[in-house]
Amino acid sequence: MTEVYLNSKFIGNVEQPQDFVQNVIHSRRKGEISFNLNINYNTEMDEVHIDNSKGRVRRPLIIVKEGKPILTEKHIQQLEKGEITYKDLVNQGVIEYVDASEEENVLVAFTEKDLTPEHTHLEIAPISIMGLCASLVPFSNHSPGARVSMGAKNQKQALGFYTANFPVRMDMDVNLLHSPQVPVVKTVVNDVFGYEKHPSGQNIVVAVMSYKGYNMEDAIVLNKGSIDRGFGRSSYFRPAIIEELRYAGGLTDEICIPDKDVKGYKSETDYKYLDDDGIIYPEAFVHEGDVVIGKTSPPRFLSSVDEYSLSAGTRRESSFTMKHGERGIIDFVCITENEEGNKLVQVRLRDQRIPEVGDKFTSRHGQKGVIGIIVPQEDMPFTASGITPDLIFSPHGIPSRMTISHLIELIGGKVGSLSGRHVDGTTFDSESEEDLRKELHSLGFRENGTETVYDGETGEQYQAKIFIGDMYYLKLKHMVSNKLHARARGPIQLLTRQPTEGRAKEGGLRLGEMEKDTFVAHGASLLLKERFDSDKTIVPICEGCGTIAIYNEFKEARFCPLCGDNVEITDVEISYAFKLILDEFKSMGIYPQLKLKTKY
Amino acid sequence: MHDELFKEYEGKLNPKIIEDIKSNMPEKITKTQLKQVMDLVVEEYKKVRVQAGESVGLISAESIGEPGTQMTLNTFHYAGVAEMNVTTGLPRVIEILDGRKSISTPMMEIYLQKPYSTGKDIKRIALSVKETKVKDILSELNINVVDLNIELRINGDKLKELGINRATVLKVLNKEPKTAVRQSTVDKDLFTIRSTTKDINLNEIYKLREKIKNIFVQGIKGITHVLPVKRGPEFIIMTAGSNLSKVLDLEFVDATRTISNDLFEVAGVLGIEAARQSIINELFKVVDMQGLNIDKRHVMLVADMMCYSEAPQGITRYGVISEKSSILARASFETPIKYLIEAALVGEKDKLRSVVENVMLNQAVPVGTGLPGLAVRMAEKTVKEN
Ligand SMILES: [Zn+2]
Repeated sequence: MTEVYLNSKFIGNVEQPQDFVQNVIHSRRKGEISFNLNINYNTEMDEVHIDNSKGRVRRPLIIVKEGKPILTEKHIQQLEKGEITYKDLVNQGVIEYVDASEEENVLVAFTEKDLTPEHTHLEIAPISIMGLCASLVPFSNHSPGARVSMGAKNQKQALGFYTANFPVRMDMDVNLLHSPQVPVVKTVVNDVFGYEKHPSGQNIVVAVMSYKGYNMEDAIVLNKGSIDRGFGRSSYFRPAIIEELRYAGGLTDEICIPDKDVKGYKSETDYKYLDDDGIIYPEAFVHEGDVVIGKTSPPRFLSSVDEYSLSAGTRRESSFTMKHGERGIIDFVCITENEEGNKLVQVRLRDQRIPEVGDKFTSRHGQKGVIGIIVPQEDMPFTASGITPDLIFSPHGIPSRMTISHLIELIGGKVGSLSGRHVDGTTFDSESEEDLRKELHSLGFRENGTETVYDGETGEQYQAKIFIGDMYYLKLKHMVSNKLHARARGPIQLLTRQPTEGRAKEGGLRLGEMEKDTFVAHGASLLLKERFDSDKTIVPICEGCGTIAIYNEFKEARFCPLCGDNVEITDVEISYAFKLILDEFKSMGIYPQLKLKTKY
Repeated sequence: MHDELFKEYEGKLNPKIIEDIKSNMPEKITKTQLKQVMDLVVEEYKKVRVQAGESVGLISAESIGEPGTQMTLNTFHYAGVAEMNVTTGLPRVIEILDGRKSISTPMMEIYLQKPYSTGKDIKRIALSVKETKVKDILSELNINVVDLNIELRINGDKLKELGINRATVLKVLNKEPKTAVRQSTVDKDLFTIRSTTKDINLNEIYKLREKIKNIFVQGIKGITHVLPVKRGPEFIIMTAGSNLSKVLDLEFVDATRTISNDLFEVAGVLGIEAARQSIINELFKVVDMQGLNIDKRHVMLVADMMCYSEAPQGITRYGVISEKSSILARASFETPIKYLIEAALVGEKDKLRSVVENVMLNQAVPVGTGLPGLAVRMAEKTVKEN
């Protein structure tokens, strides 16, 4: 007797488990029961498990009978003519979906020529073992898995053509690549899901060589001429959204150019781009501090006195202002209403991003790098035929990472662009490297992809032959202009009087506990003190009771709240954070006293 | 020879260095030559000493901490003995530095006296150290439900292997109170154990049987596994489990070299200085095994910190940290409120003599450039003028 479980619940027993399972599978293939159901016979536990719950991961496989796939040429012809669809194949029992448990009972052939009578299933295509992004990596069966997975991850961060209706959308933080191109070397998946309609990279000429050390440690060298011709150019969009809120008591926000008597009024020049309705006009070039949407809000705390006095004067300024370090052009203005019926103003900002030193680029093989230098085209190395590379990639990136697919794509791209065709780089099913080399040779180039290259500055011929070809490169969304940050002085926190944290708040860079230790280890005691001076304060201390005394700036007098003014009071320099902890001690009921003594 | 010259340098040089010089100097060295050598050594010795104001503790912490990030978390298994594994890597370092009272894999290295250290009777010696209970030597232990007694059959081969004779077994079994043991005259391996308690029921017999299983036969308590190993030219016994005081009493053991990896046991049996050395050795076992490179002096400093009182102290809030003089330094480590309240209750004073509290106050830390002060002697005239 074998126990049968449905979705892990015991439902009964069967005598012949193998036959039972075969029967269920058979009727599923005939369409008598749902194809959503999977069945598995666990020989070790002697249990049959049926599962039709949601959330299982399943994958389609071609059914094999007696070593022959049920899917025939006829099916494929019918599919091509459009007489049947993929769904029909599932319904006819040609393709079935198998989950993790049923997979335990099947034997899947990787390719059709591997088939033996024991096999029960056949992969639809070898590439189907990979996910969407990973299958976009050409020749990925030639590279280590870790690199393929990095290449897959990098593609998700690539800039491209993310949607066709972008002019009427208000998305947060999006980028759009200018003139994206279809890759010369592509995989079958590129065609299957219409990559040519929304590509996310550009085909460029890549030379594998060093360039005066500017491409060490994964950096890349970019050709200024290529950038001027539009390589890697993108637009960054960011919306500014302001809503006219309604408050209790009939008060509302007001989108307008704020009056001069509004609390927190900036300056007239800050409002210079606003039209009469308080909203900026399209194509205005704004910089940090400029107001994009003007708004005033009612006073925060309403008291009876305020209500009858100068009501207009108590309104607050609450405009949308360009943040620190931001700039852009007003792209699109939209005035509408939200669900609550409040006036809603959305303004989209556009900023053109031209590649600059520090922007991140990658090929499709996990070979990412940032621009180390941008070289004028006349200084770039050139080949005998006068080609200058758009990008110089460091050869040191190859041996330790073993991304052979990167090298094959370079040759493939070269063949493709010279013969004016696309090259198939589908994983496991690609054009062979040998064929590509032969074709390159027949096109009049050295079959290994190298060429004689001359120094762009001196015109001398390089001793080494340089590996040069075409590749598909992607611009990634990490751009320096979003990250560059420095501070000399700036805002501080209200509570601790220490500098704020983070780029958005123009913050400082923390010198933490371990960094502090390095100063101490060097014995740089006074330098360390200076580092931590960011919140220093001078505090008067009463020498009588040891608490913090009071300094009256008008009378220029010091007195102690406990001992009066007839007591010795000394100014001491401490960090404000320490003054704060003394206050916290007091709140705990601990009385901290500072006993002063001359140090030397 | 030249003893009076060496005596002169006793205060200036480490005794070990003087010893080294003594033993390495050629016989016919003259007094002036030796003096030149000694002066040179003193000069070199002064050069390599740590400067005043060097923050040795922090440098030690960084020098141990940085390689510590590269340690792996593997435990090491002894080939052949499945149950015998040793905690190494970061867990072992943490265990040592925390001063844990009970460590996860206590072990001993038993060195042997002359005839045995060459491998004579090594297996028997090793097994005689191992804690053996009745359950380790029996082949059958049945309850006779009819007669309400227990039949115990000894595994004769095991006895031979362990070097135990049947008389010992009988003696051990006889020690169990309220029982009478009879050895079968026909089958020497069969013992019948009968309870002398009247009206005994089956349940109590079961309990008795469990008790008999755990009767101690021979060996040393706490030592669960033994493994004879050839270390260099001689044989030693590695053990899992540790009982230093009992093992040192055995006459075939070389008590001068036998050691346990349990710090507290070492401190208890051999004293705090031995524990200090044990900390250094145990830490270096890990460091060497991981292929790291740490200067011994850093580890010695840590060991000194842990062993300046009668028992080893861990670097935890209960150990070394709790003895810091500064309230603020203690409070900045762990459980600040506890330390602050304790300090407030007795009106403790913080003299601000160490690093952490001075960083908190934003004062120069008394280390390196923050240590020296500048004193100016005012000429008497100028003082009068003011
Ligand atoms: Zn006072």
